[in-house]
Amino acid sequence: MRYPFPVGKSDFIQGDEAIARAAILGGCRFYAGYPITPASEIFEAMALYMPLVDGVSIQMEDELASMAAIIGASWAGAKAMTATSGPGFSLMQENLGYAVMTETPVVVVDVQRGGPSTGQPTLAAQGDIMQAIWGTHGDHSLIVLSPSTVQEAFDFTIRAFNLAEKYRTPVVLLTDAEIAHMRERVYIPNPGEVEIIDRKLPENEEEARLPFGDPHGDGVPPMPIFGRGYRTYVTGLTHDERGRPKTVDAEVHEKLIRRIIEKLERNREDIISYDAFELDDAEVAIVSTGIVSRSAVRAVKILREKGVKAGLLKLNTIWPFDFDMIEELAGQVNKIYVPEMNLGQLYHLVKEGANGKAEVELIAKIGGEVHTPMEIVERVVG
Amino acid sequence: MYLKSAYEIRDKYLRKDMLPTIFCPGCGIGSALQYTLRAIDDLGLNQDEIVWVSGIGCSSRVPGFVNFDGLHTTHGRALAFATGIKLANPDLKIIAFMGDGDAAAIGGNHLIHAIRRNLDITVILINNFTYGMTGGQVAPTALKGLRGTTAPYGQFENPFDIADLAVSAGANYVARWSVFNYLQGINSIKKALSKEGFTLVEFLSPCPISFGRRNRMKTAPELLRWYQKITVPLAKAKKMPPEELEGKIVIGEFADRDRPGLVREYEAYKKRAKKMMGWEE
Ligand SMILES: Cc1ncc(C[n+]2csc(CCOP(=O)(O)OP(=O)(O)O)c2C)c(N)n1
Ligand code: SF4
Repeated sequence: MRYPFPVGKSDFIQGDEAIARAAILGGCRFYAGYPITPASEIFEAMALYMPLVDGVSIQMEDELASMAAIIGASWAGAKAMTATSGPGFSLMQENLGYAVMTETPVVVVDVQRGGPSTGQPTLAAQGDIMQAIWGTHGDHSLIVLSPSTVQEAFDFTIRAFNLAEKYRTPVVLLTDAEIAHMRERVYIPNPGEVEIIDRKLPENEEEARLPFGDPHGDGVPPMPIFGRGYRTYVTGLTHDERGRPKTVDAEVHEKLIRRIIEKLERNREDIISYDAFELDDAEVAIVSTGIVSRSAVRAVKILREKGVKAGLLKLNTIWPFDFDMIEELAGQVNKIYVPEMNLGQLYHLVKEGANGKAEVELIAKIGGEVHTPMEIVERVVG
Repeated sequence: MYLKSAYEIRDKYLRKDMLPTIFCPGCGIGSALQYTLRAIDDLGLNQDEIVWVSGIGCSSRVPGFVNFDGLHTTHGRALAFATGIKLANPDLKIIAFMGDGDAAAIGGNHLIHAIRRNLDITVILINNFTYGMTGGQVAPTALKGLRGTTAPYGQFENPFDIADLAVSAGANYVARWSVFNYLQGINSIKKALSKEGFTLVEFLSPCPISFGRRNRMKTAPELLRWYQKITVPLAKAKKMPPEELEGKIVIGEFADRDRPGLVREYEAYKKRAKKMMGWEE
């Protein structure tokens, strides 16, 4: 396999470019999208690379169609991705829900910008955390990953494909304009160095007859790909294990939805990822995600110099959310600060997790700029 | 053409455990489905290489009843899903079963763009002038004056002529019949399934329950008589003055051409890319 970019060495590239290259190394061979700042460069890179690696890149008429196309491609056997920003992500919610309901592995990149509506197209924000987790209707669960560097944007993209395949679920890579457009040194591995997970396929006719069953007891049904003679019917309606619509049966609905949610919940340890920095003896904790974590690291260093025992918990996965870990942390420290580039979205989760065991304070900032370390420090030392 | 009995077609292609269908007595969707299955059977197509896609509506329930791979998607989006299926695996043949509301209202944008791209797909479009599943609201195909629950005093908007739209947007094959045009219907579907690119066969289809009842045509025979009144074969229509065609629907074959389909275009594009990069001669 020949790659249209250097592999096995470092390169100095933008976050968007890193995501595109990672997708290709992660096995993505279908990209459908609609241009939007600050995610367009992902599309442009995919447009450049995909035909060269015998993949598909297609510009759809809108984001509804882009999301639909990647789900179709996934059922036809391809690893598929789309990328967008807030307004487009809102349009994708309908079919993102369809992907959840039909347990379709796909990756959706949301490069956040300031909203609501078309808001601040070129500036960074973290205003889509709630939309990423709860944007579609009904009870559901999916996976949301959040990188804070260009290298992480690369690594998490590969991870996003692996998690999507492993758990037959949509995965959202939630990043922002700052990371999308920032250039950093990124190690682009050789294909042989990349761990690739492929979806479970049915091993026999019996498994193929239960495309929404649980033949392995792990909550993740093998996925019968179209065109292999299984004659699978896939519907967004509530369906039984065989995929037959059962729209007024409470028991079938509950069983299906609970399995879809629980297959992620019971694998929390595998899915949830975080980095702890100076937390062991911390009396004050900062919990953050994405770009803000970089200021938070610096803030912790400054606070330590000032004699404040501060530490940072950087969340790499924001859903499923580790409420228990936050409660444990709250039991250890006196106070938790949540700096984020919105008016309090991660804060709600952290507060619920803390469960009253420690005070939780929001450090909100909106308008397009990342918190400076001193802005965080000043709030902590008062 | 040898006409197998309906039982043979049923036993060969329907999912017995999904029967009976949800369709009301007198509904035309079953007929259009039968024609499609007969066309597949006549052409000897491989059941395992066909994927049926649909959106939401009575018509869109069809993929659930046939024993093929099927994707029953969100309202109006079937063709967008199909674009992904087809490009990810060009060996699959795709049939989309769509309602007129599904295809032309909420899915109108996907429809014109799928046609513009010449996506390799055969669309069987059920035009019953109404939203059957949600109980008889007006569809964008409803002729002026027709009643629906959301236009209780008669439709005041202009209707879409979907076949006409498909021809203008560039479809390779477009035909329209009423479901009572049995042989023409089957022949058109066979033609459509045999061509590359976007092909569409529209059927005027009785919906006595949601539509007919509100327009003083409670039964399928009444709707049949009405179709006979309002439809005009293409050859005849060409000789009629525009005033006389007002409120009429032309039936027949409107386009039959062989522009390259999306799959072929993308294959050529891939080659061009590799050549421009110096990867291939
Ligand atoms: C996004 C969305 N909007 C509205 C609906 C409700 N809905 C279900 S079927 C339908 C219309 C179906 O009409 P048509 O496409 O003409 O098909 P028919 O039932 O007549 O065959 C509507 C509006 C929906 N399911 N999803
Ligand atoms: S409501 Fe109309 S379109 Fe739907 S099944 Fe009944 S007759 Fe057919």
